[in-house]
Amino acid sequence: MWKYIARRSFYMIFTVWVISIITFVVIQLPPGDYVSKIMNQMLQAGGSSATPHLEEALRAQYGLDQPMYVQYLKWLGNVLQGNFGHSFTYLKDAKEIIWQRLPMSFVLAFGSLILVIVLSLPLGIYSAVNKYSIGDYFITFMAFVGLAVPSFLLALICLYLSYKYGGQALIGLFSPQYVDAPWTWAKFLDLLRHLWIPVIIVGLGSSVGGVGGTAIQLRVMRANLMDELRKPYVDTARAKGMPEGRLLWKYPVRHAMVPFFSNIGWALPSLISGEVLVAIVLNLPTSGPILLQALMDQDMYVAAGFILVYSILTVVGVFISDLLLAWIDPRIRLGRM
Amino acid sequence: MTQKQPQHTRDPREETKSLEIEVASQWKLMWWKFRKHKLAMASAVIIIIAYAIAIFAEFVAPVASSTYSKDYVNAPPQWPHFFQPDKPILYVNALKFETDPNSFKKTWTIDEETEIPLGFFVKGDPYKLWGLIPSDIHLIGTQDPQAPFYMMGSDALGRDVFSRIVYGSRVSLTVCLVGTTLSLFLGMILGGLAGFMGGWVDNVIQRLSEILTTIPTLPLWLALAAVVPLDWSPLRVYFMITLILALIQWVWLARVVRGKLMALREEDFITAAILDGVGQGRLIGRHMIPSMLSHIIASFTLNIPGMILAETALSFLGVGLRPPVVSWGVMLQETQRVGAIANYPWMMFPGLAVFIMVVTLNFLGDGLRDAADPYQ
Repeated sequence: MWKYIARRSFYMIFTVWVISIITFVVIQLPPGDYVSKIMNQMLQAGGSSATPHLEEALRAQYGLDQPMYVQYLKWLGNVLQGNFGHSFTYLKDAKEIIWQRLPMSFVLAFGSLILVIVLSLPLGIYSAVNKYSIGDYFITFMAFVGLAVPSFLLALICLYLSYKYGGQALIGLFSPQYVDAPWTWAKFLDLLRHLWIPVIIVGLGSSVGGVGGTAIQLRVMRANLMDELRKPYVDTARAKGMPEGRLLWKYPVRHAMVPFFSNIGWALPSLISGEVLVAIVLNLPTSGPILLQALMDQDMYVAAGFILVYSILTVVGVFISDLLLAWIDPRIRLGRM
Repeated sequence: MTQKQPQHTRDPREETKSLEIEVASQWKLMWWKFRKHKLAMASAVIIIIAYAIAIFAEFVAPVASSTYSKDYVNAPPQWPHFFQPDKPILYVNALKFETDPNSFKKTWTIDEETEIPLGFFVKGDPYKLWGLIPSDIHLIGTQDPQAPFYMMGSDALGRDVFSRIVYGSRVSLTVCLVGTTLSLFLGMILGGLAGFMGGWVDNVIQRLSEILTTIPTLPLWLALAAVVPLDWSPLRVYFMITLILALIQWVWLARVVRGKLMALREEDFITAAILDGVGQGRLIGRHMIPSMLSHIIASFTLNIPGMILAETALSFLGVGLRPPVVSWGVMLQETQRVGAIANYPWMMFPGLAVFIMVVTLNFLGDGLRDAADPYQ
């Protein structure tokens, strides 16, 4: 087991390192940088002060005049010390912006993850046990509908319904009186009252890219359990007279849950994607809108920081789900799978 | 892939069902199995119609995608009525505007009293089909070219939403095809290498695909799409966006190809072929690819909906395709205008088109996947 953990930990660190390179390169890709953007703005504002000299001075000040690998190493070094660099647009530490927005994002993504598990496990089991029944057809049909409604469209529909039926207060994460209030029990309850809408949207809607969403997990659980129920040991147990309920829960369900949980770990990135998208549509105070703006403005350290933190948290999530799997299933930790 | 039918002729009376199954080629068995999947069959029909609409967009759309009216701005949908007593066979109600006494805001409402007769194959905006064949015949439209006809309402510039959805299908339904083809190409090469070579090649490609799936897709797509310069021509942006989508999406196809190849390597007929001294090229081309082709087609189909959703989401956020290109995602940008959702909900109609396409493509892919292994 320890050997397995050591190997997985090594992979995890390696993965994060590669992701940091990808992130940095991607963020650097747009032609021009923040300084050339400022220069453009100055020119448009009619300022004649936009001299090449000033441009160089600004670049030197921000460290943008150095070759890319130097910038990367500097950035990586800072990140390792918990310093994500400086936000050009907000003129404060990127770290501050990231920590301000990220917790809410994760509350949302995590809430959706729980919703996905809570919905897809029982529904998947029901579907597999009563296959080709009306209930199964209904669940399957709804799963396909869920697969086809992009989460942002679901968000738009919710927006429309809330306008139409006057419940505008439900959109957003806090009621107006709590937005700037310090954390109190009342504020927490208020958050819960608002949170369920985006959580449902992210959890039920089809996310962009990857395997998120209740619909897919439900289908996975159904397929796994159906495969399991077909196996001879189920017949044997039934022939021995084992009660149906015990027969189902004792072996096939537990078996079918192994691939299900290995899939859940990978659902995290797409739930984050869904969260970003839905937050932009509903204008929630999470990381989505800020990330989009940062990417548009080439506020590179903020954007890179967000993407890196998302990825690290996903990697950790997958790592935990891998460990749980290895703990459940000895074939994995002994490297035979 | 087509296995040769037995050459000897047989008495037609002997042709019982079981014999028919015995001699049927693999593709025939798949077709029989696919045919049983009613939803997939129905979906296939809808998909064919949708692509036909995309191909003949100029003809199907009542007006051109850029036709606008400064009068009929934000007009509500005029639903066609037919076979009502004492009315034209097919008609829509006219529009009338009301002025809000407080804000002096003009809003269009449906005028139930008057009718505008509709017709098929009417003359309207002139166009050139595929830029070649000049015509002005439209599948459906008003008999009086001046009369308003907005089946799904009009947008802030007085453009017909329905016509734009029809034109948008051209972009939205091809981006996903081109993108999936690109990712299939990448997935076949990388997944094929991983599955066929095994060893360290497999390890490297596996790690790479794992890393790519770990980064949340949307932020990565956003970051890549933000690279596309604003002054590029629509065609270049189009290909850049498909490339960006494919760069990440190949991972899923590569996994299918790799898994299938890994399983195939263990198969007896492959071992037999190797022992027979079959060359590598023939082993891949004659034995491996044919037996996984059906699975690849199914996965290909199942990947298309994801591409449609991705293109729509990126364009919706304003980092994908941009006007003047008409795509469903670009059209959905309109919904982000303040008050648009509340007052003009028909701006969400392109979302319905996305929904229909994704549902049907998923059903089709599901049916194909079930049919891909007809011996089960």
